[in-house]
Amino acid sequence: MKLYRVGALVERDMRKFFRSPALMMVSMVFPLVQLIVLGYAFGGKIKSATVAVVDQDHSVESRRLREMFNGISVGPKTFRVVDYDSLPKALGDLRAGFVRGVIQIPYDFSRRYFQHDRPQVAFTEDNTDQFTSTSLQASVQQMVSSMNEPLVTPRLDSQIQLETVEMYPYVEYAKFLLAGTTSMSIFIVAMIGGGITFIDDKSRGLHEGYLLTPIHKSELVTGLIAAGAIKGLMAGMVLTIIGGLIVGIPRIWDPVRLMYLVLVVLVASIAMISFMFLVMVRVDDPLVPRAIFGVLNTLLFFPSGAVYPVEGFPWWLRWISIVDPFTYTVNALQNLTLKNTGIEGIYKDVLILCGFSVVMITGSILLFKRQL
Amino acid sequence: MNAIEVDHLTKKFGDLVAVDEISFQVAEGEIFGLLGPNGAGKTTLIRMMTTLTVPTSGTARIAGHDIRTDADGVRNAIGVIPQAFTSDPELTAQENMLVHAKLYGVAGATRAQLITDLLESVDLIKFRDALVRTFSGGMRRRLEIARGLVHSPKTLFLDEPTTGLDPVSRTNVWEMIRTLRKKSEMTILLTTHYMDEADKLCDRIAIVDHGKLAALDTPTHLKDNVPGTDTVEAEFEGAPSDWIAQLQTLSHAAGVTQGDGVVHIASNNGPATVAALMDLARARKVTVRKVSVTSTTLDDVFLHYTGRELRDASHQVGLDVSHLYK
Repeated sequence: MKLYRVGALVERDMRKFFRSPALMMVSMVFPLVQLIVLGYAFGGKIKSATVAVVDQDHSVESRRLREMFNGISVGPKTFRVVDYDSLPKALGDLRAGFVRGVIQIPYDFSRRYFQHDRPQVAFTEDNTDQFTSTSLQASVQQMVSSMNEPLVTPRLDSQIQLETVEMYPYVEYAKFLLAGTTSMSIFIVAMIGGGITFIDDKSRGLHEGYLLTPIHKSELVTGLIAAGAIKGLMAGMVLTIIGGLIVGIPRIWDPVRLMYLVLVVLVASIAMISFMFLVMVRVDDPLVPRAIFGVLNTLLFFPSGAVYPVEGFPWWLRWISIVDPFTYTVNALQNLTLKNTGIEGIYKDVLILCGFSVVMITGSILLFKRQL
Repeated sequence: MNAIEVDHLTKKFGDLVAVDEISFQVAEGEIFGLLGPNGAGKTTLIRMMTTLTVPTSGTARIAGHDIRTDADGVRNAIGVIPQAFTSDPELTAQENMLVHAKLYGVAGATRAQLITDLLESVDLIKFRDALVRTFSGGMRRRLEIARGLVHSPKTLFLDEPTTGLDPVSRTNVWEMIRTLRKKSEMTILLTTHYMDEADKLCDRIAIVDHGKLAALDTPTHLKDNVPGTDTVEAEFEGAPSDWIAQLQTLSHAAGVTQGDGVVHIASNNGPATVAALMDLARARKVTVRKVSVTSTTLDDVFLHYTGRELRDASHQVGLDVSHLYK
C-alpha cells in the first residue's frame, strides 16, 4: 500500500470539507437540537399533576392523610390535590382526563384503622401515561408508608433498613443523552461523507478519474475511510465539548479525559464510516443512501442504549444492540462523561469497535469494484 | 515499435456484442482516430484499453503492458481524458492537478513547476485558484487534458474530447493535441464522431460500426478508396422509375446511391457530371430541386464502408418517439 496515494485522497476530502462547512454544521445542528429538546423534555420530574381526593370518612385519621397529600402539593409539587365530594364525579373526570388519579378514603377507613383491620386507601390512576402514573404511585405509596410508621419509635429498631449510596452526583437526562448525541453526530458524518457524497461522486463520474490512476482498491477504500474518520473525529469532539458545556458535564477540559474521548470518538468514527462504506460499496443510485438514512438511524441509534437502558429491551432488540457499533460508542462515552472512568471503563468497547472496523474494512476492500 | 496493439478484443453485455473481435496497431508518435457514431462501441473499446472494463475475450498491449496481466503497468504508462468530466468541481484547478500528481507519485520537488507549466500550456494559469465548478465546458476539457498529462505519459487516450464544446473551444483542443504530438512525440488515440475532427487530426483512422472495424487507413487512402474524387448531391421531382439507372450512365459517374430522397453520385469530374445531369433532366422533364458538388469527405467514406451516413447512424441509436405523435 502506497501511503502517498491514501494521503492524496485524504487531502482532497479535507480541502473540500474545510471549504464548505455545511457538513460540519449539518452533523452538529441536528444532534445538538436533539440533545437540548429531548434531554430537557424527558429529563424532568413530574410536577403539578392534578389528583382528586374523595374523603368519604371525614375522620381525624382521614384528615391526617389529606394533610399529608396537601404537603406534597406545597413540597415536592409532584401533584396538587383537588377535593371531590362524589366518587363517580371524580372517576368521570379521571376518564375525561381532567385529573390524573383519584384517591378514595372509604367510609370505614378510621374504624378499620383503630381496629387494626387492614385499613385501605384506593388509588385509581390514569395508566395511559406510564411516566406520570409511576411517579404518582411512588408518591402516594411513600405517604401511605409513612402513615404506617409507629408513633413511638422503639429504642432498638429490629427492622432491616436499606441504605442507598449513590456513587455519582444526580445525573440529569440531558447528561445521560450526551453520549448518544455524540454518536449521532458521528453517524451523520458517516452517512453524508461515507454514503451520500461517495455515491454522488460515483454518479458524477469523479471516481472514473481515480480508477484511471494506478491506485489500488485497498488504497482507495483506506483513503476514503481515513478522510471520513477524521471528519467524524472533528464533529464528534466539537459536539462532545459543546454538548458537555450545555448540559454541565463537570471538568470537561480534563486533559486525560479529553485524550480518552479522542480515542473513543476516533475508533467510533472509523467503525461507523467503514460500516457505511460496506453498506454502500456496490450502490450506484444516489437515491439509495438518502432513502435508507432514516431506517439506519433508527436501527442503530435507539437499540444502542442511548435513550433507554438496553436491559429494558426485548430479546430481539438486545441482539441488534450487540452488533450495533453505537452500543459500544455510547457505553464508552457514558463511562467517560458521566463516571469519568479511565482506560478500564473503555478498553473493551474500544477493542470491540476496532475488531468491528477490521471486519468492515476487509469486507469493503473485497467487495469494491476496481472496474466500471 | 507499436505503442498500442489490440488483439481480437471483444466485449459482450449479455447478448449484446458491444465490441466484436477488433484488432489494430498504433505506432509510437501516431495520432490514431476511432471514428463511429454514438453506440458504435468506441467508448467500450477505449475503456478496455485503459483497464476500466474487463474484456470478454482478446487482449491489448499498451506500451508493452498487457491489459489483462499488467493493469498497473498500463495505468502508469497512459494518460486518459474520459468522455465525462471527472475533475472535482469543489476543488480548484490547481488542487485537482495536485491530487492527481500525488496519486501518480510525481516527486514533490518537480510537482509545483510541472503543474504550473501544464496549466500555462492549456491557458488556465489565470484560473488556477478558481473552483472548477465555475469553469465553462471548454475550460474543464482543457483542465482534464492537463490533468491527464500530469505524470508525463507516453500514450494519451482521449474519448470524444470535443463533444459538447463550441467551435472556438473545439479548435483550441485540436491545437493542443497537435502541439502535444509535436513537442513530446506522444502517441495519441482519440475517439470521435466528428468527421472533420478525424480528418484534420488523425494520421490514421479506424471506422467502427456496430462494434466492428469497418475500415482502417490514412484519411487520404480512405477517401481514395471511395469511387470518384467528387460527390454530386441532388434532389429531384417527377423522377421516373428508371432514373437511378439512367444517372449511372452520366459522364464521369463512378457510382450512384440514394437515401432520404437525396441522390449521391460519385464522380471523377464533378462539374462535367453536373452538366450532363442537367441535360438529362431537361430531356426527361425531371425537375432538379437542388444540386451541389463537393470533394470526397470522410462522410462519403463512412457511407461507402457502412452503407449509411454517419448522421443517420447516430440517429439510429436515439430513442424513437415518433409513435407518440401519431
